[in-house]
Amino acid sequence: MSAILLQGAGAATSLSPFNSIDSSKLVAPSRSSLSVRSKRYIVAGSDGTNKSFGASSLVARRSEPLIPNAVATKADTAASSTSSKPGHELLLFEALQEGLEEEMDRDPHVCVMGEDVGHYGGSYKVTKGLADKFGDLRVLDTPICENAFTGMGIGAAMTGLRPVIEGMNMGFLLLAFNQISNNCGMLHYTSGGQFTIPVVIRGPGGVGRQLGAEHSQRLESYFQSIPGIQMVACSTPYNAKGLMKAAIRSENPVILFEHVLLYNLKETIPDEEYICNLEEAEMVRPGEHITILTYSRMRYHVMQAAKTLVNKGYDPEVIDIRSLKPFDLYTIGNSVKKTHRVLIVEECMRTGGIGASLTAAINENFHDYLDAPVMCLSSQDVPTPYAGTLEEWTVVQPAQIVTAVEQLCQ
Amino acid sequence: MALHLRSSFSSKSTLLNILRHNLGFGSRSHVTRHIRQILPHDPPLRGSQNPISRLCNTMAEPETLSSFVQHEYANNHQVMDFPGGKVAFTPEIQFISESDKERVPCYRVLDDNGQLITNSQFVQVSEEVAVKIYSDMVTLQIMDNIFYEAQRQGRLSFYATAIGEEAINIASAAALTPQDVIFPQYREPGVLLWRGFTLQEFANQCFGNKSDYGKGRQMPVHYGSNKLNYFTVSATIATQLPNAVGAAYSLKMDKKDACAVTYFGDGGTSEGDFHAALNFAAVMEAPVLFICRNNGWAISTPTSDQFRSDGVVVKGRAYGIRSIRVDGNDALAMYSAVHTAREMAIREQRPILIEALTYRVGHHSTSDDSTRYRSAGEIEWWNKARNPLSRFRTWIESNGWWSDKTESDLRSRIKKEMLEALRVAEKTEKPNLQNMFSDVYDVPPSNLREQELLVRQTINSHPQDYPSDVPL
Repeated sequence: MSAILLQGAGAATSLSPFNSIDSSKLVAPSRSSLSVRSKRYIVAGSDGTNKSFGASSLVARRSEPLIPNAVATKADTAASSTSSKPGHELLLFEALQEGLEEEMDRDPHVCVMGEDVGHYGGSYKVTKGLADKFGDLRVLDTPICENAFTGMGIGAAMTGLRPVIEGMNMGFLLLAFNQISNNCGMLHYTSGGQFTIPVVIRGPGGVGRQLGAEHSQRLESYFQSIPGIQMVACSTPYNAKGLMKAAIRSENPVILFEHVLLYNLKETIPDEEYICNLEEAEMVRPGEHITILTYSRMRYHVMQAAKTLVNKGYDPEVIDIRSLKPFDLYTIGNSVKKTHRVLIVEECMRTGGIGASLTAAINENFHDYLDAPVMCLSSQDVPTPYAGTLEEWTVVQPAQIVTAVEQLCQ
Repeated sequence: MALHLRSSFSSKSTLLNILRHNLGFGSRSHVTRHIRQILPHDPPLRGSQNPISRLCNTMAEPETLSSFVQHEYANNHQVMDFPGGKVAFTPEIQFISESDKERVPCYRVLDDNGQLITNSQFVQVSEEVAVKIYSDMVTLQIMDNIFYEAQRQGRLSFYATAIGEEAINIASAAALTPQDVIFPQYREPGVLLWRGFTLQEFANQCFGNKSDYGKGRQMPVHYGSNKLNYFTVSATIATQLPNAVGAAYSLKMDKKDACAVTYFGDGGTSEGDFHAALNFAAVMEAPVLFICRNNGWAISTPTSDQFRSDGVVVKGRAYGIRSIRVDGNDALAMYSAVHTAREMAIREQRPILIEALTYRVGHHSTSDDSTRYRSAGEIEWWNKARNPLSRFRTWIESNGWWSDKTESDLRSRIKKEMLEALRVAEKTEKPNLQNMFSDVYDVPPSNLREQELLVRQTINSHPQDYPSDVPL
């Protein structure tokens, strides 16, 4: 089986490490990107069908060699040594900052607001240097009231700006729930389409290292029901930058979930411009025996478990779902149809989390393809303890993932 | 100074002496006299380095004592830097009173009988503008009455009137320009009316038919018009205030000659969003007008149960915002205040708070019967004796701009137009089912497309359970 890479008319591009194809390992395309001059790449899938995308996405898929390491420190593998463009290495928070800066350069309507985002550069340094470059008004330090500055961002968006609203920690956005649910999610609909709200709401969430219960929340559980918003979670510098750019360009309100512990991940990303599709899942490791669905930090726990599983003779397929609302049921469905077993690994709590919704969606849509019940590993329904040992056990660990896979594959 | 000394004393009775003397007298010089008085009665403190023992030791040399004390006294008048700036110290323990003796006066220009008050300051209006203000007030009144009756007759599902607040609605709108962006609560349809929203368009939204710009998705009175810069009403109280600050911020970035204007009631000032928005607007130096319709009632809650401050106008100062209290039933005063405030807001890039005192003559909405919590006599008095329309009418008639004939002509014309608008809106088709799923996002995602299919399938199999007046 080989994949065919076609180039659009008039487009000439040299192969980068990310373009090279290892046809023996290719099962399905993974990363997506949009080059700045809209070159289109059409990849024929392994079964000969072309995938089509919704009207809102102009991205094309590219094939990618398998990355065996859970945390990519070097994207160069043997298959990509034919590269001529090296890309540049940076940390995840720098990738977010780069994406944000590029979009602010590209469109003067993009602005940032939040607490300490200006000269302080943001609590996690995602907005570092932006206030110096774009000024105090475009990178706005606000007083402490999440509901107010989220509401402010919504009002500014309705008048033509494209605000990027930063919550210092996702948990604080609980205070902004009223504005997010009632105004952000609803006003495009209730105004009959007269007003659009192209905001991006972003911030770090998830369980960190002993940050305490109030600072370790998984807001994606609470927000997933709000109609009118989109939710994405980034997990690597590559998709962080791509999702940030795509979210800013989207006409819908998008909530971008980052993770407190992933900001210092290092990866080499392309020099040329790209964005990631907001509604697409990412194939991390193709496999045959079981589909493991995960997102954000749990992706790394899963990949660590995958190493152990491979040694034990299993072949797990790992998908980073990335798009939390709506789910990419196309990619997920194809995987389920192939492996017939699903394990969901998430950081959300057992009750009402992303995993709970995903379990329901898979059972509803792909029931006939399942050989075993969908299993979901989540955190317990407890506030995150401060004690380090207790905190570690509220989060799903690789050993539990290995056990679960063994159980499902019996 | 006394407070500093107090911490050094070991004797409790001495402490009380100081307190008693201090609180009884206001002058600083008394404090110094006081120190000289009590020290001779105290035994010198043993072996301590505190200032009192120093004073005791120097008792024998009165000059030194007095110079020491005067040096301390001089120190008191210095100001000290804290984060936030210099602040003078005071040795007196004085609390700022919770209210001034006098309430903030209310700006009005026409008296209760519509006569211009002598020496009043106001912004001159042309005959054309004054006549339009009055005509639109009449139109709003008639529209409200007819829609209210339509709801009572079962033709409309819901309505909320602005009766009694016509002057606030129309006169404030008249003082703005079409580029000023409006963030209403839900009792300001007059602003839309002024800007050119037709009676038919109002009726279409109330009936939720396919000509409604909101595509039938909201309750009646939740108007919105992007071409008239009037942002769709969101029912949640006071959430529009931070939105308005954001719009003002956007206008400030673009350096536009326009401001954001937002309306809310007395009840809305209790919401957190009110306080946060005022604070933000002051810090951002955003050109936004906060117009509070203090109409005395939040459904059944009177203002005495809503806040304990002197109304809303005094809250502006707490946030560093220039504020004014206006007679909301005096159209000329409203016009002048909003006109002036708008200029200040844009020229000086600052927020302004306007508290318009008025009375909610109508019920909160058609779901409310306000005679349950207030007397019908009170409502009637405000409707007749303090009616904003009659006051302004007297004034424009005195200028020769209006007459009984023009009044009756206008009223009969508007009533006819209203009834026709109602008739047409009632007959117009409702939006089709596809509008239930569109505009949730820019493009419907797969889950919504799937859900629409499911709904249509269900309707196909049970057509008798589906309302006949909603097209597919």
